Amino acid sequence: MLTIVCPHCGARDQTEFRAGGEADRPRPADPFALTDAEWADFLFMRGNVMGLQRELWVHAAGCGKWFSLTRDTRTHRFAP
Amino acid sequence: MRRYSVLALLRESLTGHRGWERAWEDATPKSEYDVVIIGGGGHGLATAYYLAGQHGITNIAVLEKGWIGGGNTGRNTTIVRSNYLWDESARLYDHAVKLWEGLTDDLNYNVMFSQRGVLNLAHTLGDVREGQRRVNALQLNGVDSEWLDTAAVKRFCPPLDVGAHARYPVLGGTLQRRAGTARHDAVAWGYARAASARGVDIIQNCEVTGLVRDGARVTAIDTSRGRIRAGKVGMAVAGHSSVLADMAGFRLPVESHTLQALVSEPIKPVLDCVVMSNAVHVYVSQSDKGELVIGAGIDEYLSYAQRGSFPVIEHQMGALLALFPSFSRLRMLRSWGGTVDISPDASPIIGRTPIDNLYINCGWGTGGFKATPGSGHVFAHTIARGEPHPLAAPFALDRFTSGRLIDEHGAAAVAH
Ligand SMILES: Cc1cc2nc3c(=O)[nH]c(=O)nc-3n(C[C@H](O)[C@H](O)[C@H](O)COP(=O)(O)OP(=O)(O)OC[C@H]3O[C@@H](n4cnc5c(N)ncnc54)[C@H](O)[C@@H]3O)c2cc1C
Ligand SMILES: [Zn+2]
Repeated sequence: MLTIVCPHCGARDQTEFRAGGEADRPRPADPFALTDAEWADFLFMRGNVMGLQRELWVHAAGCGKWFSLTRDTRTHRFAP
Repeated sequence: MRRYSVLALLRESLTGHRGWERAWEDATPKSEYDVVIIGGGGHGLATAYYLAGQHGITNIAVLEKGWIGGGNTGRNTTIVRSNYLWDESARLYDHAVKLWEGLTDDLNYNVMFSQRGVLNLAHTLGDVREGQRRVNALQLNGVDSEWLDTAAVKRFCPPLDVGAHARYPVLGGTLQRRAGTARHDAVAWGYARAASARGVDIIQNCEVTGLVRDGARVTAIDTSRGRIRAGKVGMAVAGHSSVLADMAGFRLPVESHTLQALVSEPIKPVLDCVVMSNAVHVYVSQSDKGELVIGAGIDEYLSYAQRGSFPVIEHQMGALLALFPSFSRLRMLRSWGGTVDISPDASPIIGRTPIDNLYINCGWGTGGFKATPGSGHVFAHTIARGEPHPLAAPFALDRFTSGRLIDEHGAAAVAH
């Protein structure tokens, strides 16, 4: 079980959180200007990084806060 | 290759079994191949076998970073079925089941394909409607499938608790009788042996570390055992697909997650079919050694660790005991995880890539073992001809741009 540090509540068990996937995927500024390929890239393509990844979590069974942190996807260790 | 047979077994038993030859050749890499397959799991090995056997290409290497079958092929819970909702999936997976039915003879290797039947339980009115719809769709597609009411479920699988007091009442289930299980290691070894006998080089401990490109073509592959030139390259590396695609300079719509499974201590035969429950979320069968083989869903967060977390196991054990209270005294022997490549529509990706001579086979996620023979068969065709096999065509990478997804999440909603 991972121990995840919520910025608001501190260290809690993984079971209180839900994973939100890759961070830093901003919505297209002008959606109407996007080509099909650009839409595919935004909606479906992922970095799927083996190594350090920026990712989102939500403290679902706690304060409800969304936040991002960096984790090594090979070891599950969170970067300080 | 010396054929395996009862006669060979008798002959060898007279001489203390000292005359068996190596099942397949542990090759050292040559400097150039017509086709290089990256990934020595079932899919990669099957692809090489069909390329050599059916397309007349024999200068082939399979590069495996560890040992063959050491990825998801050797870690899965071996359920084989083809009861998928959509036409494209039903055709592809049933193509595989048909190949499974003749595979032991074809490979001259016992893959222990056991058509013991797969039962999918329905616990709610929604499940019942969805199950009956699926049965009808499957029958229209020529895939065997039947609906069982509660009493018939109990007759088919006596240890299941279908009583009114059950935590999750069993309202019926769908049954595919041609479905079942197979021996996972034997699939890797059998394909390796048959491919090797057709001249394919199977190269272990050979990790691909880079792809050398000339414009839109791959010309060579950098590996931990040196540079290898290649005419065409096919990748079948499951959970590591994004890592390989990154070497080639494009992105994929897959995420790598851990899928765990576990086995109990071996017991006498209690369960002669496969039982799956999407709603309660567990599936179970009994191996020939007597262990219960138990699986469920993926860990939620991205991972390449081949290691999952305990809450997922706890949840699936709770689900198992709700269905089979009589298993409550069993001890669990071991659990493990594999890195599976989850695609957005829970369907595989087979076909061409932005690189001209690089072909991809990935996205099988939690359910690709069942497809191994079919996947290798259509992928070999796709590589050899340079255009997709008709069964593979709907599964091309460009469906994420065209929007023509094959959304099997709605159809199955469970890992297997
Ligand atoms: C716990 C679990 C249970 C499952 N249960 C079922 C089930 O019941 N039924 C079902 O149908 N499916 C099931 N699956 C899914 C199934 O195992 C996979 O979809 C299938 O085995 C994929 O086969 P493959 O040959 O594509 O991949 P793998 O067997 O994973 O082979 C890929 C190979 O590529 C190699 N590789 C990776 N990177 C490199 C590199 N850079 N260079 C060289 N080689 C590399 C790996 O070492 C690996 O051996 C399960 C999976 C898991 C983990
Ligand atoms: Zn919090």
